[in-house]
Amino acid sequence: MIYLYILVMAFVTYLIRMIPLTVFRKKITSPFIRSFLYYVPYACLTAMTLPAVFYATNSLLSALAGVAMAVILACCRRSLVTVAAGACLTVFIVEQFLLTSPL
Amino acid sequence: MKSHFIEGLKDGVPIALGYLSVSFSVGIMALAAGINVFQGALMSFSNMTSAGQFAGITIIGAGGTLLELILTQLIINLRYALMSLSLSQKLPEKIPIWQRMVVAFANTDEIFAVAMGHAKSLTFPYMVGLQILPILGWTSGTVLGAVAGQVLPPAIGSALSVALYGMFIAVVVPVATKIRPVLWVAALAAIFSCVIYYVPLFSGISAGMSIIICTILASVVGAFLFPVPQETKEKEV
Repeated sequence: MIYLYILVMAFVTYLIRMIPLTVFRKKITSPFIRSFLYYVPYACLTAMTLPAVFYATNSLLSALAGVAMAVILACCRRSLVTVAAGACLTVFIVEQFLLTSPL
Repeated sequence: MKSHFIEGLKDGVPIALGYLSVSFSVGIMALAAGINVFQGALMSFSNMTSAGQFAGITIIGAGGTLLELILTQLIINLRYALMSLSLSQKLPEKIPIWQRMVVAFANTDEIFAVAMGHAKSLTFPYMVGLQILPILGWTSGTVLGAVAGQVLPPAIGSALSVALYGMFIAVVVPVATKIRPVLWVAALAAIFSCVIYYVPLFSGISAGMSIIICTILASVVGAFLFPVPQETKEKEV
């Protein structure tokens, strides 16, 4: 039964990704739709991050510190992995050394 | 062509490392829901989606129905349809359908973000190279999580849980600080997302649905207020 569930999940997810990539092959000329699609990644990534990131760690304070570090590193044009690692390390340090009790 | 493939592989390294750590938690969660190591690996390899898998594991663990599973996957993963639509516009028109079907397989949030940020024109070898290591990272991380996850201290797990968000920030912030309309669109998306999250009236909206609503609303407002000029777009995207 679990295999059936896994296959169904995979199939649905693949169709969602595959259909728009194969159906809309021609360049869209409408300036409105082109502009809309240009903004999609930034809107989507931001909506996924906020406010969810604040509740991803063991405390709000460590999450805030992690986000602050990620924004600073990203402003300095650091690579994806540096920004991600910096955020993780900051969360770890704040939780280990600065917080005595969880918020 | 070969150099495009190598370039893709290189760009995939940070994504693969991020996935390796994040999929740990997928493995731990799968095991807790009664899914064995091999099934967990198969799920990660064939699905390549964090939120979708978390929801799927929850439904499997709770003994939910197939219909429930399909509807949840549709709603949570619908954002990939928007991303695929955007990616389709960046791929050269001449790329044949079978290659598009391959590229679709692992069009994840991060792979999509890197592909859209790629300064040069996208090629099939580049996209394949970009996807291989993240697929391996996501799958092997799930296995590691399921096998060794129980011994991981909670403090490490807590720290690793911001890895993916860190990558999202790394994609959005540099562009938002450079291009003002992107900053406004991102700010709008953040506001909508927080309103849906915190205002009790909207508490019935699932996390996946919220992402879709916020993405569409903020992007529509952006396209309406700040139409992107045709010629600068190719360089900026």
